[in-house]
Amino acid sequence: MGKMKKKYESGAATAFIPRNQAIKKLQLTIADFRRLCILKGVYPVEPKNKKKVNKGRSGNRTFYFAKDINYLASDPIINKFRDFKVYVKRLKRAKGRRDVKALGRLRANKPSYKIDHIVKERYPTFTDAIRDLDDCLSLIFLFSVLPKSKRVYVERVQLAKRFSLEFMHYLIASKSLRKCFISIKGYYFQAEIKGQKITWVMPHKLAYQCPDDVDFRIMSTFVEFYSVMLGFVNFKSYQDIGLIYPPKLSITKNDTKAKDDEYDLSDLNDEFLASLNCDAIKINQSQDESQGDEFPLVDEENPDHIEKEKIEEDNLNKLKALFKGLKFFLNREVPREPFVLAIRSFSGEVSWDKASALGSTYQENDETITHQIIDRPLVGKTYLNRAYVQPQWVFDCINENILLPVDDYLPGAVLPPHLSPFVDTNEHGYIPPEKQKLIKLKLGITDTEDKIKPEDPEEKEEQNVDKKEKKNVPKPETKINKKEETKIAKKKPSKNSDSEDESEESEEEEINDMKVDLDSPDEEQESDEESSEPEEEEKTQPDKDKKPMIAVVKAQPKKENVNLILKRQVDEERKLSEMMIPKKNKRLYDKIMKSKKKKNQEVEKLKQKRKIYDENQVKNAKKIK
Amino acid sequence: MEKTKVKSNKRKSIHEPKMNNPNIEKNDDKPDLLSTSLASNGSLVSSYNEYDLDTSDEEDLRNTIGNVPLKWYDDYEHIGYDLDGEKISKPANSKRNDELDEFLEKMENPDYWRTVRDSQTGGKIILSDEDIEIIKRLTSSKFANKNVEEFDTSTFFTHDEMKMPLSGRPEHKRSFIPSNWERLRVGKYVHAIKMGWIKPAIKKPEDSEEKFYDIWADENDADKRKHLHHLPAPKCPLPDHYESYNPPPEYLFDDEEKEKWEKQEPEDRRINFIPKKYPSLRLVPGYGNFIKEKFERCLDMYLAPRQRKMRVQVDPQDLLPKLPKPRDLQPFPNTLAITFKGHKSTITSISVHQSGQWILSSSNDKTVKCWEVSTGRCIYTWTFETKCVNCAWIPVQNLCLFSVVFENIVMIVNPKCGDKVISSNTDAKVAEYFVQFEQSNQSKSVDGNESDDESSEKKNTDTRKPPCTWKFFHEKKNDPNYKQGFRIQLIHQKNLKNVSWHPKGDYFATVLDDKNSNSSVIMHQLSKQKSVRPFAKMNGIVQQVVFHPFKPILFVATQRYVKVYDLVKQILVKKLLTNVQWVSSLDVHPAGDNLIIGSYDNRLSWFDLDLSTKPYKTLKHHKKAIRSVAYHKKYPLFASCSDDGTAIVSHGMVYDDLMQNALIVPLKILRGHEITKNIGVTCCKFHPTQPWLFTCGADKTIRLYSN
Repeated sequence: MGKMKKKYESGAATAFIPRNQAIKKLQLTIADFRRLCILKGVYPVEPKNKKKVNKGRSGNRTFYFAKDINYLASDPIINKFRDFKVYVKRLKRAKGRRDVKALGRLRANKPSYKIDHIVKERYPTFTDAIRDLDDCLSLIFLFSVLPKSKRVYVERVQLAKRFSLEFMHYLIASKSLRKCFISIKGYYFQAEIKGQKITWVMPHKLAYQCPDDVDFRIMSTFVEFYSVMLGFVNFKSYQDIGLIYPPKLSITKNDTKAKDDEYDLSDLNDEFLASLNCDAIKINQSQDESQGDEFPLVDEENPDHIEKEKIEEDNLNKLKALFKGLKFFLNREVPREPFVLAIRSFSGEVSWDKASALGSTYQENDETITHQIIDRPLVGKTYLNRAYVQPQWVFDCINENILLPVDDYLPGAVLPPHLSPFVDTNEHGYIPPEKQKLIKLKLGITDTEDKIKPEDPEEKEEQNVDKKEKKNVPKPETKINKKEETKIAKKKPSKNSDSEDESEESEEEEINDMKVDLDSPDEEQESDEESSEPEEEEKTQPDKDKKPMIAVVKAQPKKENVNLILKRQVDEERKLSEMMIPKKNKRLYDKIMKSKKKKNQEVEKLKQKRKIYDENQVKNAKKIK
Repeated sequence: MEKTKVKSNKRKSIHEPKMNNPNIEKNDDKPDLLSTSLASNGSLVSSYNEYDLDTSDEEDLRNTIGNVPLKWYDDYEHIGYDLDGEKISKPANSKRNDELDEFLEKMENPDYWRTVRDSQTGGKIILSDEDIEIIKRLTSSKFANKNVEEFDTSTFFTHDEMKMPLSGRPEHKRSFIPSNWERLRVGKYVHAIKMGWIKPAIKKPEDSEEKFYDIWADENDADKRKHLHHLPAPKCPLPDHYESYNPPPEYLFDDEEKEKWEKQEPEDRRINFIPKKYPSLRLVPGYGNFIKEKFERCLDMYLAPRQRKMRVQVDPQDLLPKLPKPRDLQPFPNTLAITFKGHKSTITSISVHQSGQWILSSSNDKTVKCWEVSTGRCIYTWTFETKCVNCAWIPVQNLCLFSVVFENIVMIVNPKCGDKVISSNTDAKVAEYFVQFEQSNQSKSVDGNESDDESSEKKNTDTRKPPCTWKFFHEKKNDPNYKQGFRIQLIHQKNLKNVSWHPKGDYFATVLDDKNSNSSVIMHQLSKQKSVRPFAKMNGIVQQVVFHPFKPILFVATQRYVKVYDLVKQILVKKLLTNVQWVSSLDVHPAGDNLIIGSYDNRLSWFDLDLSTKPYKTLKHHKKAIRSVAYHKKYPLFASCSDDGTAIVSHGMVYDDLMQNALIVPLKILRGHEITKNIGVTCCKFHPTQPWLFTCGADKTIRLYSN
């Protein structure tokens, strides 16, 4: 007989390790453990069978993968943490003794660590890193606008600022921005790098109060890792498009001639970097041409797919060159960073008042400016040959991938709603009327140019469906009317039940039944019954059917019934089959239906609110008149 | 005021004792030089320069009391005694002023600021300009005497080389031999370096700009150790229209929504902000919670346990079972054909005649009505003393009888409807029974007369009363009851619930409404006019009993179980576990292998007797308690009716093949009955030949649903 197997010595119980045990194993303080977890990207997991993992106990504990903890234990950084602990202890002691010499020596030998290898470990490939860039960018962009305070290291903030600017330069150079959105929280941007869609938010550049209940140490640890990671990502992405990293800007001499005398150009590099308005120098100019060649069409079996892809590519190219040839001028009240990024990423040219910031390329009086972005009532000198638009126009154009007419966006005008480009119109259920208008506008424009847009076919379908429905509505009515007429011709029924057609069908069946029942002795009586049945009904409802002729003419109220009946029938069939769902599927089904219902309710509510709003608008307009 | 040196009185007095000193002689004339005069403020002002007489007895004590605190002499006029034993009087101005005087002095006296108190005599001294200058020089750490050249080395150090040393001391030996202490110290260091204890300071590589390099240069050696079950953190949800700075108007909150949002816990909110609309971009303020939100995201990233959740991408249509469509399973009752009205209270039960021509209904208005199905006409009404609980036709065609249950009585009635021959035959048969009954009674009574002892013994053994007493109404007695059609009356000891007939029409079973009695089921035989309690003991409250269609088997539905008894062998064959709280009704499939039960907890269970003792299928399609269930005799249909005012007709096909389970398809929800006092449809029965369903309800109507 083999050895008796003990419980909890293999399987799930050993695959997971509770947090306290892990800390004990690593011999770290909880703060260090947290830092380590953040840097190494180790997170607690929810085991499938908690009871097994918890060795039969019912306490609520957090678990880590035992493998993860082993992975932490083997990291050299853990020794650095211990070194640092010793260092702090020594420093304290030296301070207490006022041993200046020792203090100096200790400070000179402050232990430091590198986390390059962690970046590599966590993201074995560049694509992995790109995929995880969402949170990284959001946090880095937040830190880049944080004010100087006790709780945040200035170096971190500066580094965050630098990396964020470098990244934006990359976006501009590679034209990988896709969507942008102004929200009350900040500017959302979506870029596509290496086929990965990354979305981040750039906060509004206003004073942020650091809330007291936020532990900046944790955020700093995240930023510490993210800044290293973003540095590597920046390096790699610069390298991929043939730019020098750290970016060297091609600042033309004549632009800055006046200042050239006073300062060294390299000192201004950072400021020009911040302006986002200068191109970075390429390593090798000839590399350029390799980009943008056609990809081989491998999937030849699926011509539709290729077609679709081609159209998508056309769209993309169009988007990239959306603002080509347009010259923008930003008024000083317009936040510069997001708009320069948005305009330059789509091939536009942009400048601003020389006095407000470095890096402007042309002045307001330049006659070639096509659009001036202005966020205040129009005052002062205006130029006739340029369009004055509000900032939202830029973002709306990008999201719709066409240059929208500027009429709605003139300064002082009531802006059309700014819609999120991240909402899937097909899935969401409710499309605001403004969006529908835009879609129609786009269709009208693009019908002549290229037939299909990614959204178009579905939209068309929808419209078709609408049309069909509209067509459907009158057809059955006419049919029913005919039916009734024929019926009248045959005999004069005195019935007035709701479902005429059904009863008609059933009559035939009844006749069949009667034939079957011929053998039975009660046959005569039954036939009597058949004939007497309607009479009986008449008796029960004598006052309703006194004027059968008029009833025949009155076909109007029944028109609605047709749809209703059909719907009812379908509903009932569904309800009946719902009864028979096995118990194990029932819950899932109910959940799905509930969520669907909720969604529908939400859509209905939005529709209702819109309706009320529109009505109010109309009323107000009338009042004004 | 004169700016002259003020000499304290005391100082003078000091000088006086010094007179005896030998060098006083020298300055003997000094007091003469003094032209002392009392200043206006009472302090002595001397006109001579104090510093001219540079005597060492300046250091001497000016009083004779010694170095004691002056305040000890506060109460005296003197301070010590001189050599002659005379009291040395205090200076005139040594008296301490009170605060007010002090203040006035401060205000009035321009020399107040330079007036100090002598610590030895307690007198006031006004400092002269020289004094003040000396003080100033001293405070700026200079020589008190302004004539002294501080750093004058001109005379001491000269550029001339001296021939002779300043001191003639010969050099010490120490200065010629190497230091032993140093040697030891150096030796220690050398040893430490040799041993590697002391290392040269490591030059830190400067943090160069080239911190970054192509870390992903060789993607091939991508770390394959990375464990497989890495769960990437879910991405932040993308913003929708609500979050726009200028959303469409319908996305803004109205007051109600806003209130709801504010009332909700932050965790429950669908969106963590209130949508707002700003007319232009420059008016958009910073989002206050931005840092907090990002911080929470950070917390989630490293603190929240992760779990892989499989999102089911299921089309709900796929979850619906693949069943044939109802319209393919026709015929079944689907439309309301006739409504039978006439009862004045809730109809408790209905029964359809074997021929399908008549229906009976019993009601709480103490009547039983017989209706003609085809016309909907009530052809006869019988009135009883109390509410009629149940009515049932005898399930054979050659007899025209039905049973009515009210209170504790079962009345067997001949309605005299339909074929006259059958009716009269029935009467004849009942008369026959009566004769039999009379005879047996007589024989019994004779037996009783003949052997009283025996009978008493018998009674002792058979202590229980007969379950019920039979009473025949006879034609000859010109009984009005007989004319009404009443034939037999069975009086029970307790109130009755219902009656169910054996398919052959000879037996029928009644169920007593009795929670405690063990024998709530009583079996009656018409042909022998006998009643027996078939069960000695019965656990649970019996709800209904049903006879097997062709086997001598009885199904007894108690509150939780359905018990199947073999009547011939008199054993319990099976006990079906219903898994419901309270069985309300029971019906057996005409083939006898399947049965359905309805329960007050909304469930309908189908049992396949060959399969298991547990339900083959349980449907929870009614929203309220099921009152009654019924099988159709010919069509594969069954129906259930409930307090939610509906009756549901389902297709229940039973196959001959034992391997194939019954097919159950709900076909139609029949509505029409109104719910009155929370009671909907009380009873449903199928037409014996047609796919028609009769239902009766608390709304005092009977409804016929036809196909």
